[in-house]
Amino acid sequence: MNTNSILTRDEILRYSRHLILPEVGMSGQERLKSSRVLIVGAGGLGSPVAMYLAAAGVGTLGLVDFDTVDISNLQRQILHSESRVGQSKLESARERLQEINSHIQLNLHQGKLTSSNVKNIFQEYDIIIDGTDNFPTRYLINDASVFMGKPFIYGSIYRFSGQVTVFDVSRGPCYRCVYPEPPPPELVPSCAEGGVLGVLPGIIGTLQAIEAIKILLEIGDPLYGRLLMVDALSMKFHEIAIPPNPGCPLCGETPTINEFIDYEEFCGVPQTDNEQHEDEMTVHELRQLIDSGKQPTIIDVREPVEFEICRIPGATLIPLNELPAMIHQLHTAEDIVVYCHVGIRSRRAVNFLREMGFTRVKNLSGGIHAWATQIDPDMPVY
Amino acid sequence: MTITIKFFALGRELVGKSELQKSYDESVTVGKVLEDLRAEYPRLAQMPSMLLAVNMEYSGEDTVLKDGDELAIIPPVSGG
Repeated sequence: MNTNSILTRDEILRYSRHLILPEVGMSGQERLKSSRVLIVGAGGLGSPVAMYLAAAGVGTLGLVDFDTVDISNLQRQILHSESRVGQSKLESARERLQEINSHIQLNLHQGKLTSSNVKNIFQEYDIIIDGTDNFPTRYLINDASVFMGKPFIYGSIYRFSGQVTVFDVSRGPCYRCVYPEPPPPELVPSCAEGGVLGVLPGIIGTLQAIEAIKILLEIGDPLYGRLLMVDALSMKFHEIAIPPNPGCPLCGETPTINEFIDYEEFCGVPQTDNEQHEDEMTVHELRQLIDSGKQPTIIDVREPVEFEICRIPGATLIPLNELPAMIHQLHTAEDIVVYCHVGIRSRRAVNFLREMGFTRVKNLSGGIHAWATQIDPDMPVY
Repeated sequence: MTITIKFFALGRELVGKSELQKSYDESVTVGKVLEDLRAEYPRLAQMPSMLLAVNMEYSGEDTVLKDGDELAIIPPVSGG
């Protein structure tokens, strides 16, 4: 045994399948042990990334998350389990990762990644892995990675498709070169709203983990300047070369972004949830109307698959996308209540109907989720 | 000439299909096709940044399309 190695006898046995790979070997495994990788988000992507990098022997793993484990996470977030529902995701991750590999150091950064804490957190790590589920944090990670010269392994998922690449401005573009501006939030469905195949983050996250190992070991060809797109339905992998953009506001020839910005504002995220709308109706008010025989026209703007899960009695399904084409079915003289899952899509529908001259239309606050939790305990929650 | 346009991720929801074809009498640029698509699908017009590729090669809006070319429209994806 090489007594100079930082690997213990136990570790040499544990990593033996790595050690006999010429591309890894003792020196590569030692390098992994000395490496520090930060994973932002302990969710769908963060789960396989963290589990595989822990198993692979990356010596220091940092995790950032603010959330707690919800039962609806378990369909894809394999770090977590039934017994941990309600616990912090980071505590749940700690237990799982220590079961996998007790030799590694885990740093848990409880809370949201923000402009004020990002530098302190990032400076402790060699590589940043993106497992977030929102645009503000992705732009923050990108900007911080560019400012601090860290490689940033990007992954994202939507329904049946995913994207992976490695951003490092010393070798290719940054995220802003490809997407200078985020889409407006009303066009962006979350996993909760748009759905995602549970296995998909397993594919994308493991690709991110492989890229991390390659970069740490300086082997192979990481996805610098190449966006890999995975479509699980057709099971096709497409690759597009993405060049640096000279006009990039962050890493281009004349950058206009030189410090952190307000990412929530940049991405159009509403600053407060307290915005008062007069045209809101609570589920209790709707219940009273129905009970007193004054049932309004109830429009469900969710998708047909959601309508199959549950519906408010008497509701008519008009998915939000189809509302403009179906508007002739509604009359401005009638009282209309619009609902969706939690009240976001129906708010767009109400605003649209108001613009079209409907004055007697209201949004059901909290959507069918509120109805299921406050009015009808037999209704499934999803 | 006929161009095939493929929509990825959210693009599919914004136009309601994953693929469509457009015919033009004379050669067109990617920018012109995008302009037509934005007029036809207003929700697509709300996307400020989209990655474009012709025959799966990165493309700007100035690229001139040939008969049979495939234009891919790839909006940003945020899930994780």
